[in-house]
Amino acid sequence: MSARDLHENHVTDEAGQDEHVIGSEHRGREQQVLDRIDKARRRKAKIREERITMAHGAGGKATHTLIEAVFLDAFRNPMLEKMEDQAVFPVAEGRLAFTTDSYVVSPLFFPGGDIGELAVNGTVNDLAMSGARPLHLSAGFILEEGFAIADLQRIAASMAAAATAAGVTIVTGDTKVVQRGKADGCYINTAGVGVLEREVTLEAGRARPGDKVLVSGPIGDHGVTIMLARGELDISSDITSDTAPLAGLVDTLLSSVDGVRCLRDATRGGVATILNEVAVASDVAVVVDEASVPMRTEVRGASEILGIDPLYVACEGRMVIVVDGTQADAALAALRSHPLGAGAAIIGEVKADPPTLVLLRTEFGGTRIVDMLIGDPLPRIC
Amino acid sequence: MRFVDEFRDAAKARALSAQISALCEPGRHYKFMEVCGGHTHTIYKHGLEDYLPETVTLVHGPGCPVCVIPMGRVDDAIAIAEQPDVIMTTFGDMMRVPGGNGSFLDANAAGADIRMVYSPLDSLKIARENPDKRVVFMAIGFETTAPSTAMTVLRAAAEGLENFSIFCNHVTIIPAIKAILDSPDLRLDGFIGPGHVSTVIGCRPYDFIARDHNKPLVCAGFEPLDILQSVYQLLIQLAEGRSEVENQYSRVVPWDGNPRALKAIGETMELRPYFEWRGLGFISHSALQVREAYAVHDAERVFDVPGVRVADPKACQCGEVLKGVLKPWECKVFGTACTPETPIGTCMVSSEGACAAYYNFGRFSRDRVRQATALPSPTVRVPSS
Repeated sequence: MSARDLHENHVTDEAGQDEHVIGSEHRGREQQVLDRIDKARRRKAKIREERITMAHGAGGKATHTLIEAVFLDAFRNPMLEKMEDQAVFPVAEGRLAFTTDSYVVSPLFFPGGDIGELAVNGTVNDLAMSGARPLHLSAGFILEEGFAIADLQRIAASMAAAATAAGVTIVTGDTKVVQRGKADGCYINTAGVGVLEREVTLEAGRARPGDKVLVSGPIGDHGVTIMLARGELDISSDITSDTAPLAGLVDTLLSSVDGVRCLRDATRGGVATILNEVAVASDVAVVVDEASVPMRTEVRGASEILGIDPLYVACEGRMVIVVDGTQADAALAALRSHPLGAGAAIIGEVKADPPTLVLLRTEFGGTRIVDMLIGDPLPRIC
Repeated sequence: MRFVDEFRDAAKARALSAQISALCEPGRHYKFMEVCGGHTHTIYKHGLEDYLPETVTLVHGPGCPVCVIPMGRVDDAIAIAEQPDVIMTTFGDMMRVPGGNGSFLDANAAGADIRMVYSPLDSLKIARENPDKRVVFMAIGFETTAPSTAMTVLRAAAEGLENFSIFCNHVTIIPAIKAILDSPDLRLDGFIGPGHVSTVIGCRPYDFIARDHNKPLVCAGFEPLDILQSVYQLLIQLAEGRSEVENQYSRVVPWDGNPRALKAIGETMELRPYFEWRGLGFISHSALQVREAYAVHDAERVFDVPGVRVADPKACQCGEVLKGVLKPWECKVFGTACTPETPIGTCMVSSEGACAAYYNFGRFSRDRVRQATALPSPTVRVPSS
């Protein structure tokens, strides 16, 4: 129940009485009470425990305290404040984009970000890849009994910051607690809706021979960061995750160029996987020039040592762009005009033959196939 | 990037490629075997065959550690892992190798605890942290990885970590090369020698190849220019009528190997009377086992190991591929029943396996690839099929 509801009920109750006699004094007292209620409502719900217990998932008072003290406090917005089981909002004319993604990254905190930031940016980016302007997100948490509430607060705070940066609001959510050992600390699911304000259809199946392929920046930063953050390899480096919301970059691109065929953010499976999806969906060949793929020395070095191919390493703030060949340079200039696209590059082209294959001209001067990844070289990266 | 870029210089590769073409006698075909799986991987990953004239064929040899593990040993490892309180550990490549009853991944799904480690020392750490568990490291590999296993056994003994043992599957390279040389099906002109194995054993053990079999061998590094240069050195030897052991990888390989590594192996391990190799059958004195002095760290003594023998699937021709008799695509099931997703044979599992490398990087008509990539090349290679 909101303060406004309280106010309205109160006035109705008193309406039949001598309001006209003591009106102003009465309203003054009423206002005091209302102010007190309002103050109490704004007072932070206090959470006394240091760790998540099964009670926090039972739906009772502990659950409410957790939600108010951690999530509501961090994500505060009018839709969420109603604390309904759903968020209700008006829809614009036209098309909506809708997506969901779950986040199980290990470790939860890593150089350049954490699971919370990833959970917002990942879903924002999935919406943005359709050309949509992301609007609202949901946030579902699966917490392991014993998880530190301070860590949860840290995660919520970084989700809130990421949401603000991406221009979205977290409008509904859910929390479940599972017994110790049944999950690894904290898993997050976010779903999101966005609105398509442009008449664009961006799909992997729209590439045609003559198109060019671009990436928006150096590849593999996120995957290598996570790998090193796990501390299993005794390699240290200053590299940080590239997690970032890409809706602004997409907007800049689509405002300048109308020949964009397809956008995909290169998360799990990396750039190679996206290119294979494009090649198969469009029944074309994608030919990539290894030397033109932007990559930090740290990523290259770590990949060499570990024997992994950086083309398959995940990014969380990079996208692959397929664009009409005649507009490739304009697209590149548009991307580079935005801070998140400063390292963009044209990395290859679309050909008719051999269909469904991704080919690489190696730096060494040879050629090879870049296939879909088999197995998982690095689990739980996002 | 230093130590990498200078060995991948396309201009140098073109120059070497021209010299290689010039050395080839018209009308003569050359077949060189790269013994080591690491070389196979490099060749495909960088598209190195684009630099070789069509008369030079590289034959992929038996030096892929995962590929030579017979199915029975995978089943034995799973049998150990299924015993109470066991944590089995191994290198990542082993996780997907099919045994008679599925792979380690399947065993994990059924409740076993088999973990991937980067080093046997990681396995030792798990043993230290889990004193109530019995931790087993499934050791695989040639002389390249044997020293790290040996050092781990020595350290386990020094620390008195009795809950740690190794399931030893180390094999030795020379008997495998002998088996290849004795194979009547194969005519080779020379060998690209295994660089990493040689860092441990040195170059002397290959003398018999040059002396008794009249085949040149060039010990090679793992960057693409290393391999091109080795092909060049082999062709020079042939042109001059020589057959010698040469060391192209001298920046890493000492002629006499690494005495400390050999000592550690010798102290902890000894030759087995015989060992089964995938596709090659039983080869005598071709593998290592833990010495009795370290019995407490020998999984084959600690556990009841069934000693399973599983015949290779009939359709699988891994043996022929390992011996270089068949090219990967010549195998009956290559790319149909046997793919990296659903491997029948080990050669399709490891990134060093000839079949996996060929499937992932090269399974396509080279002239169509060339057309698509518009690669300018003076040494246009047509598919050897």
